[in-house]
Amino acid sequence: MSDIRDDLEKTVDRICEAHCLKEVFKSSEAGSWPQALWQALEEVGLPQACLTEAQGGSGLSFDEALFVLRRSAYHAAPVPMAETFLAGRLLSAAGLQVPGGVLSVSVSHAKDRLELRGSQSSPTLSGHAHRVPWGLTCDHLAVVAQREGQQFVVLLARDPLAHSASESVKNLAGEPRVQFDFVNAPVIAFAPLANASERLLSEGALMRSVQMAGALQRSLEYAIQYANDRVQFGRPIGKFQAVQHMLAVLAGHVAASAAAVDAAIELSSDAPEQFLIAVAKSRAGEAAGKGAEIAHQVHGAMGFTREHNLHHLTRRLWAWRDEFGNETHWQTRIGEMALQQGPYKLWPFLTSL
Amino acid sequence: MHDFVFPAVTLPESARLLRQQVREFLKKERDAGTFTPRKNSWSDGDAAFSRKCGQAGYIGMIWPKKYGGQERTALDRYVMTEEMLAGGAPVGAHWVADRQSGNQILRHGSERARQMILPKIAAGECFFAIGMSEPDSGSDLAAVRTKAVKVEGGWKISGTKVWTSSAHRAHYLIALVRTAAKEDDRHAGMTQFIVDLKSPGLKLSPILNIYGAHDWNEVVFDECFVPDDMVIGEVGGGWNMVTGELAFERSGPDRFLSTYQLFLASMAQLGEKPDARAVNEIGRFVAHLTTLRRMSTSVAGMLTKGEKPILEAALVKDIGTAFEREIPEIFRQLIPSEPVMDDESSDFEALLGMSVLKAPGFTIRGGTREILRGMIAKGLGLR
Repeated sequence: MSDIRDDLEKTVDRICEAHCLKEVFKSSEAGSWPQALWQALEEVGLPQACLTEAQGGSGLSFDEALFVLRRSAYHAAPVPMAETFLAGRLLSAAGLQVPGGVLSVSVSHAKDRLELRGSQSSPTLSGHAHRVPWGLTCDHLAVVAQREGQQFVVLLARDPLAHSASESVKNLAGEPRVQFDFVNAPVIAFAPLANASERLLSEGALMRSVQMAGALQRSLEYAIQYANDRVQFGRPIGKFQAVQHMLAVLAGHVAASAAAVDAAIELSSDAPEQFLIAVAKSRAGEAAGKGAEIAHQVHGAMGFTREHNLHHLTRRLWAWRDEFGNETHWQTRIGEMALQQGPYKLWPFLTSL
Repeated sequence: MHDFVFPAVTLPESARLLRQQVREFLKKERDAGTFTPRKNSWSDGDAAFSRKCGQAGYIGMIWPKKYGGQERTALDRYVMTEEMLAGGAPVGAHWVADRQSGNQILRHGSERARQMILPKIAAGECFFAIGMSEPDSGSDLAAVRTKAVKVEGGWKISGTKVWTSSAHRAHYLIALVRTAAKEDDRHAGMTQFIVDLKSPGLKLSPILNIYGAHDWNEVVFDECFVPDDMVIGEVGGGWNMVTGELAFERSGPDRFLSTYQLFLASMAQLGEKPDARAVNEIGRFVAHLTTLRRMSTSVAGMLTKGEKPILEAALVKDIGTAFEREIPEIFRQLIPSEPVMDDESSDFEALLGMSVLKAPGFTIRGGTREILRGMIAKGLGLR
């Protein structure tokens, strides 16, 4: 590991070990904002890690920034780091200034219908945004809206959000997902961006893949630890071949998702690389389902309790695999791309990446 | 705790050029009717094709020139092998010699063995078989009972090896043999020998596999003489050689491309606009294949740098062989057909049929999946 990554890992670990405590998870699921955790992350500039220095970032490379995200997912940190990254990248891709603080985005959900209205001097937003992560907690929200067939990145401040929320639900991890119905909500900035919705969907899929890789890694570590510690029939259950084989299969999923995610990150620093992101999201999504199943099976009843930390990871895995397109969505994309090449050109295509 | 990292590999320019050369070579041979890309290519051999590969410099390419090699990098060789397999070329005759036997001889063989054997392997004229398994020693390799007794100028081997692929077509066999009685350390006292398959005291009998083909053999040694300079490495040091170095032979493209020809044939059968489920399954396999290629090339890159990614290599084999077994299982459902047992035909139903029949071997050859998973578990830190 490079020195920078090593430092980043230590920093994220230090902050999360101090702040991702049982009571923080509990209160955050009950609807309180984990201010101390976010503040600690802000103090070292991590929520801005995805921005360039000119945009107010900390000068980390894209893969280093996503390493921070991965490590925060390893700790199941209950904060919108990915959403803040996404909003920042979307706004800067459109040439807009990125505000500080907590950011979130609309998620290019199939049910989103957002329209930019009003005049150049007093623009407004109308329409429906489905399942916006941390929609009522963020300081600013970036969304993709249409006007006359063109796509715009639109920034909203906190004020109109409270008036426009129609429903708030929790995802499987207990994180807020807010439904908005905007009626001429005031907009503070907007700019056109071609394929903004597609771009956001792909980058969101990449972020969720990275997070899944981090949470899978920790789930494997918990499972190994538990298998070594838990004694039944006079020996640690990790001595049983049945358990060893389950953990080997889990390790395969962890390794494959790590490999797929790294490949996608490498080619996506300027703009999302569609094919490799589709591979990463579908592979990590599959690993999430199968991996969470094994991690729970190894932990037995203990892992099914609220008491054990495993559920903070597995509930996130189950949420993230469906957000920003599930496996079928991305596999279908890959299948279409493969069929476009056809059987004779598929191999040259795969080896050209 | 183990952190899984599979760094990107930047292929040298030489490898990129080589990829094009191998593709042109294969196209020429296909057009000339030398082979039809339809089989599980590294278990299907064609001695004439191997000679052509030898002439083109595609065997032993990483070895020194003085032994017939090309002194190319391991990444060059990786690209060559994946192109051969993806192209469905019948590389089976020279596969074992190129992948492992020749490398072992180069590293640990006597100078006479190197000079006598390596140039012939590189020319595509000398093939190898592996003599490890025995009637009472499969996954438990340390239970090997075939033994060698020291005599003037060499050793006399007695015992029986089984499941010895291609021994009836190969020129040599590398046998793992007990050279000292079993002690507390059951891994000590084992030695590898290069056995000329024309030696007196050897008897080969076919063991037919489930589809009636003769690939395997039983090889009976009856005081078969092997000269001292055909010992590989130190006497008594055979175990580390077969378990240590072979660990790195696990992660190549041969561990996930065995049914790639069936995958391509299935795509062709399904046409350009198949139904949603088929598109989805094709996408899933391509996602897995892309990921496996990343992992496999990355391990190759780590090996080139002298690293020892034993756990990563084992994982590539475990998930790679599961992947290649799954392909016939999924496409038989997507393309209604009644598979046919015919290893010569290139019809889809024959290709599917032979893939179904060959698939059980994928998770057994080179070490059963369950033993591999036990090793992975140990590597993960299970105590």
